[in-house]
Amino acid sequence: MTLSKKIIPNVICTFCGATCDDLEVTVEDGKVQTLRGGCSTSLNKFVNYNVERHLTPLVKKDGKLEETSYEDAIARSAGILANAKYPILYGWSSTSNEASRAGLELAEWVGGVMDNTTTVCHGPTLLGVHDIGEVSASLGEIRQRADMIIYWGSNPVHSHPHHVMRYSALSKGRFRSSRKDRTMVVVDVRKTDTAKLADQFIQIEPNSDYELMCALRMAVRGDELEQDIIAGVPAERIEELADLMISCQFGVIFFGVGLTMTQGKHRNIDVALSLVRDLNSRTKFIIMPMRGWYNVAGANQVSAWVTGYPYAVDLSQGYPRYNPGDTTAVDVLVRGDCDAALVVASDPVSNFPVEVTRHLAKIPVITIDPHPSATSLISEVVFPTTIVGIETGGGIYRMDGVAMVTKPVVSPPPGLHSDVEILQDILTHVKKLKMGQ
Amino acid sequence: MTELLIRNGFVYDPLNGIEGEKADISIRDGKVVESVGSGATVIDANGMIVMPGGVDIHSHIAGSKVNAGRILRPEDHEKDVERHTSITRAGTGHSIPSTFTTGYRYARLGYTTVFEPATPLLKTRHTHEELNDTPIVDKGCFPLFGNDWHTMEYLQQGRLEECAAYIAWMLRATKGYAIKVVNPGGVEAWRWGRYLVGLEDKVPNFDITPREIIRGVCKANQLLHLPHTIHVHTNDLAKIGNYQTTIDTMDNVRGLGGDNKPVIHITHVQFTGRTGSAWHNIGSGAPEIADYVNKHDHVTVDMGQIVFMDTTTMTADGGFQYMLYQLSGNKWMNFDVEVETGAGIVPYRYRRNNYVNAIQWGIGLELALLIKDPWRIYLTTDHPNGGTFTKYPKIISWLMSRKAREKSMARINSIARNKLDLPDIDREYTFSEIAIVTRAGTAKALALKQKGHLGVGADADVAVYNLNPTKVDPSKEYRLVRRALKKAAFTIKDGRIVVKNGEIVEAPTGRTYWVDSKVSEGLMHKVESEIRDTFTDYYTLQMDNYAMDDSELVRSSRVNVKAEI
Repeated sequence: MTLSKKIIPNVICTFCGATCDDLEVTVEDGKVQTLRGGCSTSLNKFVNYNVERHLTPLVKKDGKLEETSYEDAIARSAGILANAKYPILYGWSSTSNEASRAGLELAEWVGGVMDNTTTVCHGPTLLGVHDIGEVSASLGEIRQRADMIIYWGSNPVHSHPHHVMRYSALSKGRFRSSRKDRTMVVVDVRKTDTAKLADQFIQIEPNSDYELMCALRMAVRGDELEQDIIAGVPAERIEELADLMISCQFGVIFFGVGLTMTQGKHRNIDVALSLVRDLNSRTKFIIMPMRGWYNVAGANQVSAWVTGYPYAVDLSQGYPRYNPGDTTAVDVLVRGDCDAALVVASDPVSNFPVEVTRHLAKIPVITIDPHPSATSLISEVVFPTTIVGIETGGGIYRMDGVAMVTKPVVSPPPGLHSDVEILQDILTHVKKLKMGQ
Repeated sequence: MTELLIRNGFVYDPLNGIEGEKADISIRDGKVVESVGSGATVIDANGMIVMPGGVDIHSHIAGSKVNAGRILRPEDHEKDVERHTSITRAGTGHSIPSTFTTGYRYARLGYTTVFEPATPLLKTRHTHEELNDTPIVDKGCFPLFGNDWHTMEYLQQGRLEECAAYIAWMLRATKGYAIKVVNPGGVEAWRWGRYLVGLEDKVPNFDITPREIIRGVCKANQLLHLPHTIHVHTNDLAKIGNYQTTIDTMDNVRGLGGDNKPVIHITHVQFTGRTGSAWHNIGSGAPEIADYVNKHDHVTVDMGQIVFMDTTTMTADGGFQYMLYQLSGNKWMNFDVEVETGAGIVPYRYRRNNYVNAIQWGIGLELALLIKDPWRIYLTTDHPNGGTFTKYPKIISWLMSRKAREKSMARINSIARNKLDLPDIDREYTFSEIAIVTRAGTAKALALKQKGHLGVGADADVAVYNLNPTKVDPSKEYRLVRRALKKAAFTIKDGRIVVKNGEIVEAPTGRTYWVDSKVSEGLMHKVESEIRDTFTDYYTLQMDNYAMDDSELVRSSRVNVKAEI
């Protein structure tokens, strides 16, 4: 047997929202051997992609998951979804746009709720955008122009390891030749590893982002701050930061779940978006959410162009309805409204509230995931699947909304289907069942 | 072999000189043919109007800014929904309909081809993803040039041929159909939060003016033999007194084309047709612009008509959108795109009693009525900027009926009414002229030879409207016209019936047109390696991940042309 070795350049990393596209993957004898240019997380993902996975669909028989044929798993899944009165279809952020497209059509046919993981990360960001709008840009604009960079409630050194280097403070741009040309500020509740890279670290009391952001907004508008210390930060420090923001040529605030998921939620975002909007009467300033999964932005985009809404879409009436807090996955599941669930590329059992797990344990769940998860353990049907960006291609959107196309670097194990194929096969079966009725 | 016979309709086919004569249209396998056999499916169009399918030259229906508009405005969608059926997908309107809904609504109006007129190069892949999900209609898109660093640098260095080759590479990489230019140079300035005024201001950090950019891309367009002219959203859009910039822009490329051929298309000219020196004395520059267009063959324009309604404004001209945000206080989105362009979105309601809005309404209609040659002005609302495309029947009734105009005029701001020339204009469009400004003229401007007419060999895209032109006087019974045009009796796409009595009966996938202009191998090779040298310095994406593959289009339709270089 001869070993084949090839080096594949410009591979797109399908882990975090930064979707770096300059990885160099070495494939030897059909397996990923090593990877250059990526961060430690991507190295882990690419080299260990084939560890711990099952290769055959499973169905529950007498309370135990047993291997079954692909056709049987499809038929069982279609039956569950077609007979459900109010199924939920959840996940979608770690798979391709094509999977979301198929999922949305399926949700229409079965009259379900289609929600993606935005619901538990940047859902409040979108609510803020509905209220205020958003002043933003593609990442390259920051790289080329930004001389003022703020990370707020976000720790990219760990969540988006190459973000600072590729797109912000440590990158080299046409108008900013080095780190010295940029001021970097981190606002967080503790001194994170990202804060160690910053020129200034502003430590804020937990759950007081709203106060600090409001104070900053006042300072930018020239209003007087009447308290000496706000959110744990001295007023002079806030005024200094406001002066820095006003006097820069091009500023940016990157914010993470430290802002969206702390007290105030979408109100934090409202005031952050308003602050940046106000700043544009003085200078150029933009704001950008640090989207987590590699295609959570894509899940929003596809959902928006098909239904008009970026997440939490209820199709049970035959047309799209959107009412976050009512049609969002956690709320639907906590209320115990849904009678079946399809989970794609996500693990709600391990990260949703315990009431959700209790309800999921009571209803038939179908899981489509390359790897076993807590959710797959309680499922009625489990589809193992190929991994987007490694074994199968597909469209994705970077955190700033730039569309990209991933390509496979290795062949999947024989007999394994992609998310898209599985969803389309379920859809075809559901259509037959529904048209027959 | 599928055959269709549209029998006994009053046919309006201006490209073939047919003006409402009774005729049969025979269709086989998606094309218009001489005749069909006795087994053909027959559509009885007796007492109805038969026209080629509508061709929209400028409508923002897909891509990153359109979708950003959808995300910005849930309140826009909840009042206007489309239900899922076994044939159609669910969706929402209103001013920014979801993709499937967009396809269905165009088909219901009898439109079968639509062009998305502004797509950032970097994000054109997104545009195509949405166009792939826009059913029934054929489509294409115009990528944005003129604020991108490569174009500005090539032109500034006086390397026109290299600039043209770069544009050819980009059109292939993005699967684009024509060169769109939005506020040339001004959007690069806006990316610093700054503005340019007129055509002579220098672009910050680039030693070039808007005047030079426009001339440059116009010449490049001709070197590449692209089917459409450059498609220009002028500098100073929406500013007071900007009609002069519009005329200056048109005159800037006079003589570049030679044989009286159009070389520039000025889009949504209503937004750039204002006289005056301040908001209180703003007026219509339509007479001046119409006069220029009437005297010069090298220009085509589209209306960008406004309709009094709640809509969503969106353009690559980010600076303009900021101004509109400041004026209106409505929510505002901005999205600048590295190296290339920008975008802005602001919801807006046009009001009859608002002086400026009323003037805008008048400018659009005056342009359409004062420009004598209907082959050089086209009906658009710059959807959704001036209003939605679903309002076209209303605009047609204004064009065809002085009475309809008077009726609307009676309700607009009275100071504006007194200032407009519109009350004194008698002209009423004929059905033939309507067919020109909505399909024949636009198909001609886009050089889509198989569209916009019903001659043998044409694509069998046909609209049948339940309206008898021998019995209905559009001047008086404009309501009947409006009603009939709102819901086509039949829309036929590629020889298949897709709409029957205003309802979708089939939703096939339309083509996506894009242009491949063949440049000499040596030049292309040189330019490609130059782009490659700067690519990673300019972009945050690798060049090889940037270019689109043909397979990314569901139904790709490449238009081959041979460049002069």
